[in-house]
Amino acid sequence: MSNYEAVIGLEVHVELKTHTKLFCGCSTEFGKEPNTQVCPVCLGLPGSTGVLNKKVVELAVKAGLVLNCKIGTYTWFDRKNYYYPDLPKGFQISQVFRPIAYKGYLDIDINGQNKRINITRAHIEEDPGKLIHSGGSIMTSHYSYVDYNRSGMPLIEIVSEPEIHSGEEAGAYLEKLKANLEYAGVSDVKMEQGSLRCDANVSVRPVGTTALGTKTEIKNMNSFRAVQRAIEYEVERQIEVLEDGDRVIQETRGWDENRGITLSMRNKENPDYRCFIEHELPPIELTPEWIADVKGTIPELPDARRKRLVEEHGLPDYDAGVITSSLALAEFFDAALKKYPDAKTISNWIMGELLRLLNARNMELSEAKITPDGLAALLELIEKGSISNKMGKEVFEVMFEEGKDPGQIVKEKGLSQISDEGQLSRIIDEVIAKNPKSVADFQSGKKQAVGFLVGQVMKATKGQANPGVVNAMLREKLAQ
Amino acid sequence: MQLHTLSVHQLSELMERKELSSEELTRAYLDQISQVEDEIRAFVTVTEDIALAQARAVDGKRARGQELSPLAGIPVAVSDNICTEGVKTTCASAMLDNFIPPYDAAVAVRLKRADAVLMGKCNMDEFGMGASTETSAFFCTKNPFDPAAVPGGASGGAAVAVAAGEAAFTLGSDTGGDIRQPAAFCGVIGLKPTYGFVSRTGLISCASSLDQIGPFTRDMTDLALILNTICGHDAADSTSVSENVPDFKKSLVNDIKGLRIGLPKEFFGTGTDPRVAAKVQEAVCKLEELGAICEEVAMPHTEYALPAHYIISSAEASSNLARYDGVRYGLRVEAEDVLSMFRKTRSQGFGAEVKRRIMLGTHALSTGNYNDYYVKALKVRTLVKQDFARAFEKFDCLLTPASLATAFKTGEKAGDSLAMYQSSACTTPVNLVGVPALSLPFGLVDGLPVGLQVIARHFEEGTLLRVGYTLEQNTDQTRPKPGLFL
Amino acid sequence: MIISERDVEQLAFLSRLDLTAEDKIAYTKSLNAILDYLDMLNRLDTDTVEPAAHVLPLKNILREDKLQPSLDKEQALANAPEEEEGAFKVPRIV
Repeated sequence: MSNYEAVIGLEVHVELKTHTKLFCGCSTEFGKEPNTQVCPVCLGLPGSTGVLNKKVVELAVKAGLVLNCKIGTYTWFDRKNYYYPDLPKGFQISQVFRPIAYKGYLDIDINGQNKRINITRAHIEEDPGKLIHSGGSIMTSHYSYVDYNRSGMPLIEIVSEPEIHSGEEAGAYLEKLKANLEYAGVSDVKMEQGSLRCDANVSVRPVGTTALGTKTEIKNMNSFRAVQRAIEYEVERQIEVLEDGDRVIQETRGWDENRGITLSMRNKENPDYRCFIEHELPPIELTPEWIADVKGTIPELPDARRKRLVEEHGLPDYDAGVITSSLALAEFFDAALKKYPDAKTISNWIMGELLRLLNARNMELSEAKITPDGLAALLELIEKGSISNKMGKEVFEVMFEEGKDPGQIVKEKGLSQISDEGQLSRIIDEVIAKNPKSVADFQSGKKQAVGFLVGQVMKATKGQANPGVVNAMLREKLAQ
Repeated sequence: MQLHTLSVHQLSELMERKELSSEELTRAYLDQISQVEDEIRAFVTVTEDIALAQARAVDGKRARGQELSPLAGIPVAVSDNICTEGVKTTCASAMLDNFIPPYDAAVAVRLKRADAVLMGKCNMDEFGMGASTETSAFFCTKNPFDPAAVPGGASGGAAVAVAAGEAAFTLGSDTGGDIRQPAAFCGVIGLKPTYGFVSRTGLISCASSLDQIGPFTRDMTDLALILNTICGHDAADSTSVSENVPDFKKSLVNDIKGLRIGLPKEFFGTGTDPRVAAKVQEAVCKLEELGAICEEVAMPHTEYALPAHYIISSAEASSNLARYDGVRYGLRVEAEDVLSMFRKTRSQGFGAEVKRRIMLGTHALSTGNYNDYYVKALKVRTLVKQDFARAFEKFDCLLTPASLATAFKTGEKAGDSLAMYQSSACTTPVNLVGVPALSLPFGLVDGLPVGLQVIARHFEEGTLLRVGYTLEQNTDQTRPKPGLFL
Repeated sequence: MIISERDVEQLAFLSRLDLTAEDKIAYTKSLNAILDYLDMLNRLDTDTVEPAAHVLPLKNILREDKLQPSLDKEQALANAPEEEEGAFKVPRIV
């Protein structure tokens, strides 16, 4: 294995965040009834004519800028001709000859090392419709159904150079790409809703050689994790093929998530797309002023924000990296910090409880009910000693699920901590009286015996005693 | 009263004076259609019920004293490649024999707003590919001057409908002469406006960088009225221009003194029927007599315009017609799998000429040929544009024959794609450049009409109106009448 | 001959057309006649000429990102050769 090197290029399709489609006024909203967001233009009806959505141009420029691309000041659209039932006009409007953005890069972190992945181009194109297969799979269905709601949705396709060498690097590249586009407000970048899709071109070659091996194109990966696994599988598969003395066949392969393998998609045709200029759409001239205007709307990007969290708030770089990997998380952090100015504590709760629950429930932050203000209020209760850290976690989970005010949860669950010394003194006295052996142990020098006694007090109070206060009082009483 | 030979403005005046109702007029035209249609076959669909309902509605509006457009109550027909909501729109193809658009073309909306009365949809060459209306999947249309001759094409039905009194005016489309040549063959006026001046929304594409909708009329005044109605910006069409539309009636001036008219010698070259050339020469004399200055001009790339046009139009058409795949509308021939369904549907749905152009265009765009054919043709287009730009530095307009010869016989060129295409040599260069051009009848040769072509700068339709109107007022040659149906 | 019958077959496949044996012969003949004619363009030196894909010098034709009404589902599907449960139905793809 170590004799081979993987060479991977990624093609990422990102749906731009617009209200309407690329060339018509149909809604881009996700998840509507099939064929209810269609018109003559996106159905490709005879005689229909479309007009470019200005917002698409601006978002594409913005995407280009946050991918560190050069922006094409004179660009146009082209037609890519092929037949497929989800493609209503028999051609896809794309940018083949003059992409709106080109020659960019993203820097990724691999084991603490910086690595630059160059981006060849980012161009605007329209999405085809969606096929639904009667038998669940394209291979086994007798019929398929076409829903054109997605037809004509605005996409940018971001093509990397073949400079990625592992699944891990691919994952890091995708995370960075996603974060940058999300921060810039270019896209929702939700893989599960299809607003971010990734195909991988994978080949292998003997270490030390420079010629590219025969590549396969891997499709149907539904998460970043799947991209990583599919690449890892495919690299191994290709190495095995070569080791067996066979050749890698240039083909499209689909990732089978359940079986964890890639399978040939058996496409026999070597398509000739016959690309030519889309003469029905006049070219786009981007003036320096227009580009500057778009640039002015780009907010702080993940790298800058990460640096700020480290430099201004003293967070460890790792924490800052995790928090800024998602805009929602970073904004949650900033908002909580405004109400409760202890960055490290907030970070601990986000990195610990919040991410643990999100992962366990496979949820997005936007789906959780907890608010930054709520977290700040909770941390105040803990700081004041009203509840213990442990209780806090219990309250946090309720807030996460139900979004209630932490004070109210504490009250409802009877969780508030007993810190009243008068009340505790009576209980401590009883525990001391009931446990002479432990008292003797403590007094004979076995200081750890105090732990058992604290436990007994906690048990007597159903966990509501403030353990710090109990500990201090016990030691005081036993020392007498 | 011969209602079906009167012009739009004459009919409009009669209705305004309440001497004629729109319903009476519509019924008169429907009668004429029922009398001549079996023989001449200009219509794919006659929309009798719609026409009568619209006519009554106009009469109601008039009775209520509403202000009405000059086209209100006027019988109109449009080529069957212009989408009409709820009315079958076939492009004269088996592929779209059952297609009912859910929307109106931009020009159909403008006609409705002007209260014109839709008589029906006209026959044409299938998807606009042809120059004789013989490639229609349904039937051939006859020339009202000679039933053995073709009406020209692609918009042959629309030319015939006006010539034979089945509609007071019609709209067709012109990709390489498809309005001007049938207008010349049928003795009516035809105009291809500047590319972008009339919205293409709802015009089913043949070659969309060349296609343009335009009118067929009986006189120049009608032409001005119709241009006033159909020209103008459409925000839904990216190639529509926001140029101001002048009142074209103001261009109906009986005066061409001092007008500089270029005579591109390449348009009179070999292949021109000498009798046609003689008629054009006669027109030149008339124009000079009326005060115009006519001089020869060189347009050296003219002979390359036709092959370049052939390549560009076929390339665009091969892509534009890819949408006919049996999935969303039109014909489907059932098959086991999608690929076979596509192939069977397209093989049965398209006629021979359409298939030939699709394959030719596919060849011109395919890897390895793209630069030699498609890009080469686009470069030639630049050269042809430069020829026109230079000519227009010196001349206000250009005069040529609209067709090298008068109408040829049915079957004479059928199936010979190249010969058919070459018959449009005078008109194709205009579409490559996008300038406006008029086809105006000028007398007969052996009983068949001859057409003059007048070409002006972009957006200078006014010059064409001025030249046409002056000729119309000063000769009796611009309104030849077919003996056959009128 | 500029293109062979085999080329015509490939063009037909790319264009999703089926040709009979006679069709193939006929199209090979007529397409070659056209291509022979088109060959005259090679007499022109166009090395320094810019191609013109558009007729008019239009640019930046844009619309605002505003919703327009879509078709009713019934209208959208009205012309469908085959429809089922609100979707266009097609035979198997693979």
